[in-house]
Amino acid sequence: MNTTTFRTDQEFFFDPQRCIGCHACEMACAECETNGQTAMIHVDYVDRFLSTQTSVQVCMHCEDPVCAKVCPADAITKDEFGIVHSANTARCIACSNCVQACPFGVPKKVEPLDLMMKCNMCYDRTSAGKKPMCATVCPSGALFYGTREQIGRNRPNSSPVNTFRFGQQLVKTKVNIMMPKGATELVVDSE
Amino acid sequence: MFNTLNLRAALVAAVATVLLVASILIGSRNLTNFDPALVAYLFGCIFACFGIVYRYTVWLQRPPTWRYFARGWKLFFTGRTIAYGWELVKHFIVQFLGQKFIRNRGKARGFGHMLMAWGCLLAFAITFPLVFGWIHFGLKPGGINIYEIFVFGFKIMEFPLHTVLAEIIFNGLNWSAILVIAGVMIMMRRRLTHAGQIAIQTFEGDWLPLLLLLAISLTGLGISLDYKFMEGKAHQFMAITHAITVILFLLWMPFGKFYHIIQRPAQLGIAIYRRAGAEGPQAVCPHTTKEFDSQMHVDDVKAVAAELGFNYARKDGKSHIEYSPQGKRALLAKAHLKARQKAGSLFG
Repeated sequence: MNTTTFRTDQEFFFDPQRCIGCHACEMACAECETNGQTAMIHVDYVDRFLSTQTSVQVCMHCEDPVCAKVCPADAITKDEFGIVHSANTARCIACSNCVQACPFGVPKKVEPLDLMMKCNMCYDRTSAGKKPMCATVCPSGALFYGTREQIGRNRPNSSPVNTFRFGQQLVKTKVNIMMPKGATELVVDSE
Repeated sequence: MFNTLNLRAALVAAVATVLLVASILIGSRNLTNFDPALVAYLFGCIFACFGIVYRYTVWLQRPPTWRYFARGWKLFFTGRTIAYGWELVKHFIVQFLGQKFIRNRGKARGFGHMLMAWGCLLAFAITFPLVFGWIHFGLKPGGINIYEIFVFGFKIMEFPLHTVLAEIIFNGLNWSAILVIAGVMIMMRRRLTHAGQIAIQTFEGDWLPLLLLLAISLTGLGISLDYKFMEGKAHQFMAITHAITVILFLLWMPFGKFYHIIQRPAQLGIAIYRRAGAEGPQAVCPHTTKEFDSQMHVDDVKAVAAELGFNYARKDGKSHIEYSPQGKRALLAKAHLKARQKAGSLFG
């Protein structure tokens, strides 16, 4: 309790283009006991009528989390490691503000529980120095948890980026997306 | 300290506290019915009143909280009061008294929480009126077998001593202590054995409230056990330790986990808001072309985000918030694909 061996030298890197839609991450995510055996990771078809391409999305753990700011119940907090935690179960009033405000589409409202739940980077594992479940089972490298040196060696032609632009809004995150070499931000501004 | 003082909240809290003191003076008939043995509890309650109203008023001033608060009351009083009132009653019975949403999170958890909640609510319903002098008991003049109950100085009932009814009434706080202890045991077991809880729990946020409830309940039961089986030999010790634990609870209420008891009824407003949203126009995601939420909620989130300094306006005039969560994830994946295509390689 209140003790942690969270490894600050390790980071999360994800690459939607590498997602093969195997859903192994979903199965692994449901093993995380802080989620109550509910998968928090999202695996979607990007545009099912046009393509079989799937995409994966974890919580990006924003530096200035809009989910926490729009929460009317002060239920969402960010800890000293930059992890934006799932809603405090005693406080969350299930209004879904966070669900609609998150630019990455991450929080889930679990209707029967009257509760918002989201990825907390497997805090039960990462706080004990282990890797998140999804990253340990991803077979295609779409999800990776390790040091910058490791990802640099594995993916020499990509750059980890943690800056996003949604319209006018600049969002900086703890989690990185793997972009073409030299890219500094990902602009999400149109269909 | 004065730099961070919220003057509006301090004023509202001061008015609420004055009103409480006035209601105590009136309700106890100018302290005639006030029990001096409870004076320490009274000051704890008065402090808790100021602290709770202060925090509540600060909380209400946050843009998202104020929007829901104002919207909830506005909806309630705009022609659908009976329908929304019925919604509130249903929600109160099923979710608050029945605690369905907590039971859905786990049977033992729901049962444990329900025992604690009912125990605490029963204790509040007895303790506060007693401490404020709103309720007092007395022997009916002319005999030693009939007890009378007075509320605000008015006699409301009488009952014979040494009956089942008398035992139920006199032991009201003992019943609540037993409920709370049983609930605390279930919740403590969960906190000792559930790996997910162990990872994220904190002492002050999760264990201290349970320990405090346990201490209040055990010392409260101790008072009864002492006078029934120990001839009151430990009365002073039990009374003082019980008073200390209860006053700690009252002083901590505006700051710690117990504040959720005050905050939680906001969920009732959400029930009205959601019903009104479901009856009104729905927002359609431009990506999935499916309805995903009420238009009222999407518009409110847009307005609140803007008020908080987040600007998701795009070049095409749309806002990123107008997309469903699935649509937002697809937009990000598409933007990523576009960036990869532009760089000449899908992988790297």
